[in-house]
Amino acid sequence: MTTAPAEPAFLAIDGLNKTYPSREGNIAALKHVNLEIGSTEFVSLVGPSGCGKSTLLRCVAGLEQKTSGAIVLSGQLVTAPPENMGIVFQRDVLLDWYTVLENILLPARIRGLSRRTLTPKAEHLLDLIGLTGFAHRFPWELSGGMRQRVAICRALLLEPSLLLMDEPFGALDAMTRDELNLELQRLWLDNAKTVLFVTHSISEAVFLSDRIVVMSRSPGRIIDTITVDLPRPRSLSIRETPEFGRYVAHIRGIFESFGLLRGSHVRA
Amino acid sequence: MSAPEDAGRKSNNHGTRRVLHITFVVLGFFLLWQTVVDAARIPEYLLPAPSAIFAEIGSAPNWYLMHVARTVGATLLGFSAALVVGYIAAVAIVYSRILEDTLFTLLIAMNSVPKVALAPIFIIWMGTGLSSKVAISVLIALFAIVVDTVLGLRSVDPDAVDLFRAMRGGRFQTLLWLRAPNALPYLFSGMKLAISLALVGAISGEFIASQAGLGYVILASQGAFQTTRVFAAVVLLGVIGTILFLIIDQTERFFCPWHISHRGRHRGQAAR
Ligand SMILES: Nc1ncnc2c1ncn2[C@@H]1O[C@H](COP(=O)(O)OP(=O)(O)OP(=O)(O)O)[C@@H](O)[C@H]1O
Ligand SMILES: [Mg+2]
Repeated sequence: MTTAPAEPAFLAIDGLNKTYPSREGNIAALKHVNLEIGSTEFVSLVGPSGCGKSTLLRCVAGLEQKTSGAIVLSGQLVTAPPENMGIVFQRDVLLDWYTVLENILLPARIRGLSRRTLTPKAEHLLDLIGLTGFAHRFPWELSGGMRQRVAICRALLLEPSLLLMDEPFGALDAMTRDELNLELQRLWLDNAKTVLFVTHSISEAVFLSDRIVVMSRSPGRIIDTITVDLPRPRSLSIRETPEFGRYVAHIRGIFESFGLLRGSHVRA
Repeated sequence: MSAPEDAGRKSNNHGTRRVLHITFVVLGFFLLWQTVVDAARIPEYLLPAPSAIFAEIGSAPNWYLMHVARTVGATLLGFSAALVVGYIAAVAIVYSRILEDTLFTLLIAMNSVPKVALAPIFIIWMGTGLSSKVAISVLIALFAIVVDTVLGLRSVDPDAVDLFRAMRGGRFQTLLWLRAPNALPYLFSGMKLAISLALVGAISGEFIASQAGLGYVILASQGAFQTTRVFAAVVLLGVIGTILFLIIDQTERFFCPWHISHRGRHRGQAAR
């Protein structure tokens, strides 16, 4: 199941190869990756550990030099971190010397934009994500889930048209993860933007995505793409429905047919 | 959440507690010393009792103050110069491969030379006045500042560096808002070492050739067998060293409340 957009895609990855040099020769991390993502589409990347999901995300972010191929974002070749991009890593990477508010305003600080003007926006994001009143706390006074929420606010401050997330909820407990999945969906429905979301969890991918890209074991190739046709907004209980179960089973089936589930980190 | 005033009070309490603690321990030590000297009837020219030492200081407070000022002056000038020069050198070393290979390598090689051995050379070059003492202080204190600051500027979270890159932050912004704040706790630990080293530098210079300062007092009194004066100068040195250290320690608490070693004692105070 692949969709072929008629107009030029918002994000187009074409024949992307990435090899890392190492002492024992080159490590191929990505092999001929082709992917087109439409504007405001929510796309998840799933695949076994070490298959190159982070590498793909980092190439799109302009943080990693690609070996060959092209990445085009709204008509522009990506060679360095693009202007209108927000990024969330697995670790929240909050700066300990800044308050929550100052951390969220970091993109403004770096771009030389007025922090005063953007403060209401930052506070609004805090409200949306359920951290009202925490603006003047320090990161080390927050729980892991709260910290990751702050990292999401920071990525959203300048209203990026592309949001990249590398296992943002991987380090959180199941309940916090559910909560943040709901909040992320709400934020995305409120203010639709293109999201490329890396996860280990098949059910998280089905819950959040419009489309799921399945990658093979290293060197990473795209082995399948699944369009998720579930109505939005999705509630947590959708995970108990047979349709949801069919998507999860289908993706797990793909992994099994490629021999990817034995001892791999992918979980339902 | 505690209000800023609350946090300020807490940190002051902490500072006062620390000073009281040190004072009690030192007083206890003096008491023990006094008792031993009295009981064993140790002659003053060998080991004067604390009472005799304080009486000696009290007999000429202005004279001692003048020498204290001289030594503290040389120490602070040397320390400040080492701080400024060391910090700039550290930033340059972190950002320049060439300087890392030359200047940093040279500094590390030079550190294995006991720098006190170089003190006479500075007396030859700069005379017996204040400037030679300051120079020796700088030389001895510099290494601690450079090494710790380089370490602090470098040991940033690689993810944070990526984050800055992703937000299109340049080198200067990364230095200002990531590397420099990250290096602050390292800088302070370097400063704590550097302040005592700067004092050692000043005293070493005074030992070799001088007309003033506590090093001069010790040397001159030793030559005249005035043991009590020697001890008076040593006690004053101890007091100076402790006070200078505590000042830096308190400054650190104010500037790096986020650092793990201070957390919980200093919550809720803005760091800028
Ligand atoms: N900086 C690097 N230098 C050399 N090899 C690397 C580097 N980063 C990643 N690799 C290799 O590239 C491959 C893909 O790594 P990547 O981090 O993209 O995997 P991943 O799919 O994100 O894994 P995980 O799910 O565990 O995060 C791995 O084999 C890894 O060893
Ligand atoms: Mg990864």
